[in-house]
Amino acid sequence: MRLTCPLCGPRDRREFYYSGSEDYLNRPTPDARPEAWDDMLHLRDNPAGVTKDLWYHETGCGSWLLVTRSTTTHEILATERVADRKGAGA
Amino acid sequence: MRYSGLKVITEGLFGNKGWTRAWRDPAPKAEYDAIIIGGGGHGLATAYYLAKNHGLTNIAVLEKGYLGSGNIGRNTTIVRANYFIPGNSEFYSHSLKLWEGLETELNYNVMHSQRGQVVLFHSDGQRDQQIRRANAIVNQGDDAEIMSVEQLRAEFPYLDYEQTRFPIYGGMMQRRAGTARHDAVAWGYARGADQRGVDLIQNCEVTGIDVENGVVRGVQTTRGPIRAKKVAMIAAGRSGQVAAMAGMRIPVESHIMQAFVTEGLKPVMDAVISYGMGHFYISQSDKGGLVFGGDIDMYASYAARGNLPMVEHVMEAGMTLMPMIGRAKVLRSWGGIMDMTPDGSPIIDKTPIEGLFIDAGWNYGGFKAVPASGWCMAHLMATGQSHEVARRFRLDRFRTGHLLDEEGTGSQHNLH
Repeated sequence: MRLTCPLCGPRDRREFYYSGSEDYLNRPTPDARPEAWDDMLHLRDNPAGVTKDLWYHETGCGSWLLVTRSTTTHEILATERVADRKGAGA
Repeated sequence: MRYSGLKVITEGLFGNKGWTRAWRDPAPKAEYDAIIIGGGGHGLATAYYLAKNHGLTNIAVLEKGYLGSGNIGRNTTIVRANYFIPGNSEFYSHSLKLWEGLETELNYNVMHSQRGQVVLFHSDGQRDQQIRRANAIVNQGDDAEIMSVEQLRAEFPYLDYEQTRFPIYGGMMQRRAGTARHDAVAWGYARGADQRGVDLIQNCEVTGIDVENGVVRGVQTTRGPIRAKKVAMIAAGRSGQVAAMAGMRIPVESHIMQAFVTEGLKPVMDAVISYGMGHFYISQSDKGGLVFGGDIDMYASYAARGNLPMVEHVMEAGMTLMPMIGRAKVLRSWGGIMDMTPDGSPIIDKTPIEGLFIDAGWNYGGFKAVPASGWCMAHLMATGQSHEVARRFRLDRFRTGHLLDEEGTGSQHNLH
């Protein structure tokens, strides 16, 4: 499995650290109820098919990537840097 | 039909014409008292104990493929009870006791072999930790012993004790641990449940769960709708999709774990060896193949096959532990779909929907749990109360903070 890093190009899966579902991008506000934190940290759609998840280019450029891929075929459909997303924090 | 040694001999003498099918192939009825979604080890064991322990026989197990076509037929067959933390230790202890009586109970040869399992340690810190674990296990009434390097050398002369990275300091042996024939466990429970009147319905995929005003009414299937007041979701790696049919999100992410088997060899190892530092464990099947596996591939997947980096890692780990494995040829490899929870422990609980139950999140340790999982899930469904040894396997424990983090690594999806 290879992921295409927007900065480094196609790279071996071993260069990346898998963090998990894109749910981690939806961080609740500090005053949110515990259910909102449970939703972000633990509960998952866990789709069989197209999913979006976060990978860190650990031995490459150090970018956090949002990867669109298939959990049934391991096909990588799209990759983008989290930092390049509209409204992304510093 | 009751199986026995005498029956095998007489059938052998008369052309094996007297054998009958081990279970019926019934069409689904319009309504049952309870429905179990998933005809794997846990689902079939639940059906068996519902009928046997609680007298509930008007029940159906719905399986989308054939019985035992999921993880019960894809694991490395290890049976052990070397857990440490309260909540886990009593559950797996109960399971091991059920394993020990399973063949008599089911009148079925599941080839349960208590050949022992040794967990190696490689530093003073790990030795302390394993001694503490062993003491806890012994105090609970189960067995564990600490083996020195000399004792290990006598029993397992083929391990590389002086490897530079992880020299072996000793091991924790559990003699009552071992292996079993994985498919036979599913078949044994299936036959036992069928004999007690449970309908095992294959090629019947659940396509919807009917919920009205927060109460479960039944399910929609590829073979028509079926009504029931109690529905159990026991779908292992597919738990997320099944729960979604009831409008639920659950704390499960499905990952691949790969396993391997070599060509058949003469007997070379008579115990299960776990090499935690290499994420590697190995045993020899009765057919002679070395059966071994590694860690999960570490990304969400339903592909039931893994990627090559993990294959390489597992082979490297095997070579560092027992160099002789390099002479064996790998016959095949495969992947299972693991229902991983954030803390690495399972769920046996009610759901917020009345009448809907869940048994899921077995991570990479579901096989040894099959008897106790069925036992406790049946208890929960029949009485409405959690069984004493499974009362901490709560669905909401991640929100409330009552975690069961056996590894002590945290409660996040990518940590176990």
